[in-house]
Amino acid sequence: MTLTLEHFLTVAALLFCLGLVIALSKRNAVGMLMGIELMLNAVNLTLIAFSRFGSGGGAVAGHAFTAFVITVAAAEAAVALALAVSVYRSRQTVEVDQLDLLKL
Amino acid sequence: MDVPGVSEAVLWAIILCPLAAFTAIALYLRKLPKLAGWLSIAAITASFALALVALVDTLGADGRAATHTHDWFHAGPLQLSLGVRLDGLTAVMLVVVTSVALLVQVYSQGYMERDPGYGRYYAWMSLFITAMLGLVLADNLLMLFVFWELVGLSSYLLIGFWFHKPSAAAAAKKAFIVTRIGDLGLLAAMLLIWTRGGTLAIDEIHELVLTGALSGTTLTLFGLGLFAGAVGKSAQFPLHVWLPDAMEGPTPVSALIHAATMVAAGVYLMARFFPVLEASPDARETVAWIGAATVAVGAALALVQTDLKRVLAYSTISQLGYMMLALGVFGYAVAVFHLFTHAFFKALLFLGSGSVNHATNTFDMRRMGGLRTVMPLTFWTFLIGTLSLAGVFPLAGFWSKDEILLEAWHQNRALYAIAAVAAFATALYMFRAVFMTFFGTYKGGEPVDPSDEDSHFHGDPAHPHESGRVMTWPLLALAAGAVAAGWWAWGREFQHFVEGAVPADALHHAPAFSYGIAIASSLIAVAGIAAAWAIYQRRLVDSAEIRRTAYPLALLLERKFFLDDLYERAFAAGLFQRGWNRLVAAFDAFAVDGAVNGAGWLGMQSGRVLRHAQTGQVQLYGAALAAGAVVAAIIVLATGS
Repeated sequence: MTLTLEHFLTVAALLFCLGLVIALSKRNAVGMLMGIELMLNAVNLTLIAFSRFGSGGGAVAGHAFTAFVITVAAAEAAVALALAVSVYRSRQTVEVDQLDLLKL
Repeated sequence: MDVPGVSEAVLWAIILCPLAAFTAIALYLRKLPKLAGWLSIAAITASFALALVALVDTLGADGRAATHTHDWFHAGPLQLSLGVRLDGLTAVMLVVVTSVALLVQVYSQGYMERDPGYGRYYAWMSLFITAMLGLVLADNLLMLFVFWELVGLSSYLLIGFWFHKPSAAAAAKKAFIVTRIGDLGLLAAMLLIWTRGGTLAIDEIHELVLTGALSGTTLTLFGLGLFAGAVGKSAQFPLHVWLPDAMEGPTPVSALIHAATMVAAGVYLMARFFPVLEASPDARETVAWIGAATVAVGAALALVQTDLKRVLAYSTISQLGYMMLALGVFGYAVAVFHLFTHAFFKALLFLGSGSVNHATNTFDMRRMGGLRTVMPLTFWTFLIGTLSLAGVFPLAGFWSKDEILLEAWHQNRALYAIAAVAAFATALYMFRAVFMTFFGTYKGGEPVDPSDEDSHFHGDPAHPHESGRVMTWPLLALAAGAVAAGWWAWGREFQHFVEGAVPADALHHAPAFSYGIAIASSLIAVAGIAAAWAIYQRRLVDSAEIRRTAYPLALLLERKFFLDDLYERAFAAGLFQRGWNRLVAAFDAFAVDGAVNGAGWLGMQSGRVLRHAQTGQVQLYGAALAAGAVVAAIIVLATGS
């Protein structure tokens, strides 16, 4: 059995759904962030897979995108964690269902 | 056939000199009034010199036309051009406008001295002159219309020059709105000729008219549309009501409006499109009868005015009526000739009245009298202007008015009768003004009101004095014009010159000079003078007695035929304020405001419903987002695109 595009896409889709479920269901903000990271990496996987199997025939655009996504995700994680820390200092909690001050 | 060979640049420079002065003053020199005045005078002097160059050149070409046309822009089938045209008619107008404007500008140096708006005054004056010069040089109707409206705008600015006086502001508005009613007709005429003839160029319109390419109805409507514009601008009955009120502006402005710029524009327009009148008897008849009505109304109303400037204003209306009447009886050249001579003596009379005002602080003739001895220069020049206006041989007014009467005599005896009776009234009301102002004993003028901060009067009205040289010299120059301008018509030279401006086959053969008509009109003028002398100097008949005997008539005249009341009550207050304006106000309150408020109400109501979706739970938002993405993906997959 050889690996085809479908295999990669299936794994990526599963990974994405997993991440989505975590992001939507975890009450802990840090847990949500981890779910989001999972979703990002699922996308990275599809990018690499298309880059390898797609009509471009090994073009580097997918690789370049992935490198960017990893970088941006790192930056985003830094900011988001800093926010989580800051929110914990002022509210003594990072449970997202408690953070609803904008509601009327 | 040779045409004027003067360079196109010269013609454009005639317009651009005062325009440059206007721009410079408006942008940089408002705070340097003395410099503004000098710059403005220098610019108009340059224009005057160039106009003389153009005149000499056109004389050499027998008044035939030279046009310089350039493409302006194309938009689909619409092709607009921009250009200047020089011919006999334009050359005469250029010289009239620039010479009168120059003298008025010089005179204003004395008259407007110490006015805080001195710089602004010269800026508007320059704009006014620019607009008029552009109007007479334009080679197509669109450009003419643009300058036509600019004339309207600058007259509004100048009539309302002392805008802090409510009466001046109202007069400016009145002038603007009333002339705008006529302009609607001009605009309609432009659209008509554009849709039917496909051109706005003056040459091509002349050609269309002469070749008979337009139907009779189109021609008549076109002629009447043009005439509607002229009725507003040239203060013809029944739109003459703005002109007497325009006296609220500074006197030199009145002189310019009445002599060379504003009101001349309407007569110029009709003269420019004279072939249209020639080709459409209905339009021509209308012009003639409206002209005659204006002659009569103006002359009758001038008889009962007590304000010197208003006498002159109604006299202008009456004289403009003569010009229109002349156009209506085939007297194209005569109308232009009367415009030409009238410019000199009417400017002279207005500047003379300004000089009187400078000494007495009033325009009310009942507070003047006896100024003959203290203001000899003003008196003599005013007398020359009056004699010229009354049509006394051999002054300028005699030649032109006599020619109009002659043309009227040959076309229609009823029109002649109206014109002749009005000529008698002209002599009567002008000499009434002269006797009341300059003869008898001085009644003291209007005392200076120290609390009136708007008054810039300096001097003592109780002891009037002659005005300074800067004001009397323009009077002398204009008096020379009022004496001599008529002689240009000797041997029909003037007529021949301006007739070069219209296609030769559009012209009617003018009747020959008639001694009978000339002697009759001289006798009429002398009779008018004698009547004025009998009533206002010797007091053989008491004027109050006449008023009592003919009380209904006197009341009718004093209330200006109730036209102002009619316009104000019926149109302004009734039709507009109570009718149309209320309708518009209701539309504004319900439809426009309703739409705006309704949009706000809709936003608030929908917000009230939708705010329940705003839970503050970020994960709920995320779930909605994901669900939306899934739905979008399903739609894309299902439609297979």
